[in-house]
Amino acid sequence: MSETYAHPNYIKIWFWLLILLALSVAGPMLEIPALTILTAFGIAVVKAFLVAANFMHLKFEKKIIWFLLILSMCLLGVFFFGAAPDVMMTEGDQWIDCIADKSCVEQRL
Amino acid sequence: MSTHGPIATHRSATGVPSGRLAIWWLLASEIFIFGGLVVCFVLFKLNGTPGFEDASLTSTAAGAINTFVLLTSSLSIVLAHAAIEKGDSAKSFTYIWYTIGGGFVFLGIKAYEYTGKILHGHTLTDNLFWSFYYTMTGLHALHVIGGMVIMALISFDIRKGHNYQRVELIGIYWHFVDLVWIFLFPLLYIANF
Amino acid sequence: MSQSTSAVATDTHAEHHEELSFLYKYILPIDHKIIAMQYIFTGMIMAIVGGYFAYAFRMQLAFPGDLVPLYGLVGPGEYNMLVTNHGTIMIFWVAMPVLIAGFGNYLIPLMIGCDDMVFPRLNRLSYQIFLVSALVLILSFFVKGGGFGGAWTAYPPLSSVAEYSLTDWGASLWLLAVALEFISFLLGGINFVTTAMNARAPGMKMLDIPIAVWFIVVAVILFMASVGPLVAGAVMLFMDQRVGTTFFLPSAGGDPLLWEHLFWFFGHPEVYVVLLPTMGIVAEIITVFSRKKLFGYRTVLYTAFATGGLSFVVWAHHQFIAGIDPRMANVFTVTTVLISIPLAEMMFSYIATLYGGSIELKTPMLWALSFLAAFLIGGVTGIYLGASAMDVYFHDSYFVLAHFHYTFFPITIIGMFAALTYWFPKMFGRMMNETLGKIHFWGTFIPFNCIFLPLFFLGLAGQHRRIYNYDHFPDLATQELQDIRVFATYSLIVMIFFQLIFVYNFFHSMFKGEKATENPWKSNTLEWTTLSPPPHGNFKVLPTVYRGPYEYSVPGRDEDYWPQNEAPKKS
Repeated sequence: MSETYAHPNYIKIWFWLLILLALSVAGPMLEIPALTILTAFGIAVVKAFLVAANFMHLKFEKKIIWFLLILSMCLLGVFFFGAAPDVMMTEGDQWIDCIADKSCVEQRL
Repeated sequence: MSTHGPIATHRSATGVPSGRLAIWWLLASEIFIFGGLVVCFVLFKLNGTPGFEDASLTSTAAGAINTFVLLTSSLSIVLAHAAIEKGDSAKSFTYIWYTIGGGFVFLGIKAYEYTGKILHGHTLTDNLFWSFYYTMTGLHALHVIGGMVIMALISFDIRKGHNYQRVELIGIYWHFVDLVWIFLFPLLYIANF
Repeated sequence: MSQSTSAVATDTHAEHHEELSFLYKYILPIDHKIIAMQYIFTGMIMAIVGGYFAYAFRMQLAFPGDLVPLYGLVGPGEYNMLVTNHGTIMIFWVAMPVLIAGFGNYLIPLMIGCDDMVFPRLNRLSYQIFLVSALVLILSFFVKGGGFGGAWTAYPPLSSVAEYSLTDWGASLWLLAVALEFISFLLGGINFVTTAMNARAPGMKMLDIPIAVWFIVVAVILFMASVGPLVAGAVMLFMDQRVGTTFFLPSAGGDPLLWEHLFWFFGHPEVYVVLLPTMGIVAEIITVFSRKKLFGYRTVLYTAFATGGLSFVVWAHHQFIAGIDPRMANVFTVTTVLISIPLAEMMFSYIATLYGGSIELKTPMLWALSFLAAFLIGGVTGIYLGASAMDVYFHDSYFVLAHFHYTFFPITIIGMFAALTYWFPKMFGRMMNETLGKIHFWGTFIPFNCIFLPLFFLGLAGQHRRIYNYDHFPDLATQELQDIRVFATYSLIVMIFFQLIFVYNFFHSMFKGEKATENPWKSNTLEWTTLSPPPHGNFKVLPTVYRGPYEYSVPGRDEDYWPQNEAPKKS
């Protein structure tokens, strides 16, 4: 046992998490896609933050740990945006065909 | 072996105990493993790959119940940590076993879901969505099982009065498993458009 | 152990573990020094396997279709298996275990002044997983269809469908071995980073840590941050192979380019993962043998951070002709050329360290200097390849092959010899023979250039990689080009022959060499303040640090070195 924290009220956090869970399940019932994305992933982020900050005691942790975790997620973002133009989009795939076709090249120029 | 170990283990130049620091490094590398899978999934989904509309076939209710189970087990492991901080190893033991029980309920619901899907012909090789579904939830379930085994070992250890700090460490790991599920739940169960 | 003994243990730690049996001392050790030896020896044995493979396929290239002495006939599938496993072994089972795990294990606790790694048993476990991974890889050579032949990059669909790779279990076992190796180094890496962060000697501030330790730690962090997506990718590829999913098969909605991204997101940082430890080792050696303070400690350190950061945004330069989006090729060209700036700065710092120093050309110093020279050629040719316009022509040619051998050979082989010759007195308590060491050095360094310099010309002449017999290509089967290939192959044989001198010198010196003192090179860092070899527990009294590691030739001192743990005189 290294040190003790001023404990957050775990039950209260748990209660909030359950409310958020109910919201994220209820979100799609309104059948608005934009709202569903918000309730599904926005709430997931909030829930994740609540768990990390309170249950995992990140609130009391040294800055270096935050740095570590945020850096990991940033690098995943780098990977996503590096791979996205190839894996997620298809418009860049046919560029050679365009060079073969003169009118297409003129159009792009 | 005793709990003694080398002097190096007991040094703490950063102010974070070595065990906890190592757990955070472990979780950082886990973020990359699960994150890699999630990024691949999202890339395929946003590309409009055929088959991803099957997300509507997953049972939101089962997923929601499982989220509830994991959240609650997270609560019980953090209460186990709070108990052991006060030196109450018997209470901590009980809470750890509540958490392991939560793990069993989670796996039971998961097994029920898998059975239903497989009986409907949605196997691992059905299409890319189901490949991702089984890979991601399967890898997550392996982490759940691993966590449960380690928790059981720790629970007997603390009853003998050893290694109290490990309750906190396994707790951080278990919360991470919970966090992964928090993100898998909307990805695989809710976002079906 | 009771409370009272643990308090005493601080001072009399060394006596506690004397009665260990052979099994626990050498087979299942928890002492970081023995584990380091296990890694280094395993890595050296794997280097022999990798070198043997290189010999076999170079002979096939020089004398196509002939029986290779000590090997036999090299067919097309066999050739692919040889080059694939040569690459895989040399990177994952030689460079990684020797430079990072081996010397990391040996140096981190000694250089930061503590008695062991933070998690000794985790350390042992990661070696055991590593050993299993090596055995699985060797097993994969002997299954039906032979070893995996889809190149160390394992691009699908070649790697994911047994009909294409001609081996069913060979590919899966290869993948399993690589995945186990990753897990071993992830566990080991957590241990290294935690140790370096937490277990430093009292008084050792961040900027008092020797560059070798810093660089190993940065390398480990790069590894841990880049390998995760590939672990996920390896799981997906394994399921493609064994279960029949189609993550990377375009015929059923998958995307082979995704694997390339996953692989190179790891694969490029991996270059710096193996480069940085060698860079750190070289920094230690050149400061000691030129008796000068490292030029720009902070600059060197920050350039390593910059290299590490940039290494995550350059990966797609391996895929310029793989059909990636050409707009992204622009971005990756810029970042690739950018990354040469911090590395050049690091090189200049090292050269500035040498400038005006009293240089002593002992064997370790020769290796360190030759590293700088050879890596410079590797680095400069890399800039050609980073530019997408030129890469279109050079891609998959021998120019690329010569380029990366001019980086990996200095990193792995020269770096390994530099470190072994430098720390040999500390590891085994005896000096190596200088004359034999110098003969071995010249006998390795000259043939190395004779092997790979000609390959640049072959590449410029248009010679493609991964062809087992150029007789079928009239433009490449000319006598002049064939002469170059034969010359490179003979040079390789000469180089292999000179390694026997090293093996003799190594084992002879280990048992019969001149006894080494505690600090034969008059170095400052903490590992030289204890006995050679250090006892279990490393130090009689754990040291306290008062200054940085590179205080050489400080004016006003009788001696030209100033150990980190020497208490300042009270004025």
